Amino acid sequence: MGSLSRVRERVIVLFLALCALLTLFVTVSIIAILLGESLVFFSEVSPVEFFTGTRWTPTIKPYSFGVLPLVIGTLMITVGAGLIAIPSGILSAIYLSEYASERTRNILKPMLEILAGIPTVVYGFFAFAYITPYLKKIFPDLQAYNALSASIVVGIMIIPIVASISEDAIRAVPRSLREAGYALGARKPRVILSIVIPSALSGIVASFILGISRAIGETMAVTIAAGRTPRLANLLNPEDWMKSIETMTAAMVEIGMSDVSGHSIAYKSLFAIGLTLFAMTLTLNTVSYFVKMRFREVYQ
Amino acid sequence: MKSDNLSDWFFMILTFLATVFGIILLSALLVLTFYEAVGWLDIQFLTSSPSRFPEKAGIYPPLLGSIMMIAFVGIFSVPVGVGAAIFLEEYGGGKKITKIIEINISNLAAVPSIVYGILGLGLFVSTLNLKPGIVLVGSLTLTLLILPVVIVASQEAIRSVPKSLREASIGLGATKWQTIRNVVLPSSIPGILTGVILALSRAIGETAPLIMVGAATTIFTAPKDIFSPFSALPMQIFMWTDMPKEEFLHGLAPAGIVVLLAIMLSMNAIAIILRNHYRKKLRW
Repeated sequence: MGSLSRVRERVIVLFLALCALLTLFVTVSIIAILLGESLVFFSEVSPVEFFTGTRWTPTIKPYSFGVLPLVIGTLMITVGAGLIAIPSGILSAIYLSEYASERTRNILKPMLEILAGIPTVVYGFFAFAYITPYLKKIFPDLQAYNALSASIVVGIMIIPIVASISEDAIRAVPRSLREAGYALGARKPRVILSIVIPSALSGIVASFILGISRAIGETMAVTIAAGRTPRLANLLNPEDWMKSIETMTAAMVEIGMSDVSGHSIAYKSLFAIGLTLFAMTLTLNTVSYFVKMRFREVYQ
Repeated sequence: MKSDNLSDWFFMILTFLATVFGIILLSALLVLTFYEAVGWLDIQFLTSSPSRFPEKAGIYPPLLGSIMMIAFVGIFSVPVGVGAAIFLEEYGGGKKITKIIEINISNLAAVPSIVYGILGLGLFVSTLNLKPGIVLVGSLTLTLLILPVVIVASQEAIRSVPKSLREASIGLGATKWQTIRNVVLPSSIPGILTGVILALSRAIGETAPLIMVGAATTIFTAPKDIFSPFSALPMQIFMWTDMPKEEFLHGLAPAGIVVLLAIMLSMNAIAIILRNHYRKKLRW
């Protein structure tokens, strides 16, 4: 082998290494851009005002940059979506791992995965065009834009995440534990609820956290269906679910679509919300990772 | 004992209903959408530009925008994604940096897509001074978005090539790169292609990142080249959903959705056919 081809081989390996390192560059860029522009924003608007302010009016005078109404909006969608996806996801996981025959499972699982593959703009359309008018027959006070139908569709789209990660956790529970339950005379639902679920709990909790994290970052469905009204809603008040809200992501879309200049504070606020969003999802994903790791250690 | 059987049965039915609940709801919504789209889906719809008159409106410019953008996402993401996967699988074994990169990739896969939009805005528009809303910026942004998926799929395909094939090639005197190029890559191409097509079909439905990098909400001419401003199918669907006239919400938006879903479905079908075809051919 000549030294020329050895050089060539080196160059190729270098190129491959650069490709792999590009992924690190992406992460560094995300953090650098979010932090850099946020710093400019926070030099004009104090972090205290941003994180504790209760009014969000980035483009209407008097300008106000309190992110709390948006965080409440996001929280509302997340709670609503969780109320749908968590019970449905965990029960699906139980059915797929404990009851379904191999054949049924091979049919149902891919169908369930489709729920996560539908574009979110389509979910937004479903909520706004079909679900809201239908729910209006039941709740006449429902507004055209409302938190209720937005959280329903977000809930549906995260069911597969909760179901598939929970299912993996449930499948990892050793058969011997189940057999022990049956030997003691317990019936199947009892074995599932008192032995299998508690044993798989950390994996199931990890799936909830990941689903919640996905709901927080969800953009188009909430922009279309929940509207763009930043409001300090009360989660415990049913009437507030009937009205329009604005999530952090919807506020980003609103600023992104408006013609604010690249030097305005409104534009910079985009990055401050983005940073908050990134920090929230990163924290949840990390927590979910460690929760899952714990459950792995138990059975290996 | 009979009531015990009943409650066992009830519990099973409950878990079954929870499984099919989302599927049934989605099917019902899809049927409604198709039903409303039927009267609007014709050649005129596919070949016209958007218009404020619903009966004249069509989807040609955003359709072409989406196709062009996705083609470039493919061109950009394949070499980089496969390159990264080869490095991690063939050269990175056991190194600390490999572990860091892999953890980083799984973190990137969980970053909300709108954050990639902000990244595209900051990186390509503000830093590289590219014009906002052109095909190139949209393609580059979505390339970064799907890169983690492409890398992981390629890694799996490369990993599934048996070690014995590599050893045979090395044993015949081939260098490591010759082995990768002549043995590993040809055997893993079907797996890589399947993963790439699935990732592209996900990218074609993305809206939020495109809004952030300034893609047009409504555009009347199809993009000519990579530096043209463009709109995409999901952007147009979003616009139609937001318009006051009833025909847009209950006619054009469903028709646009059917076109978008048809494209995604065909891409998925191609991926599955490819996989099955090569699975039969390649036996070790």
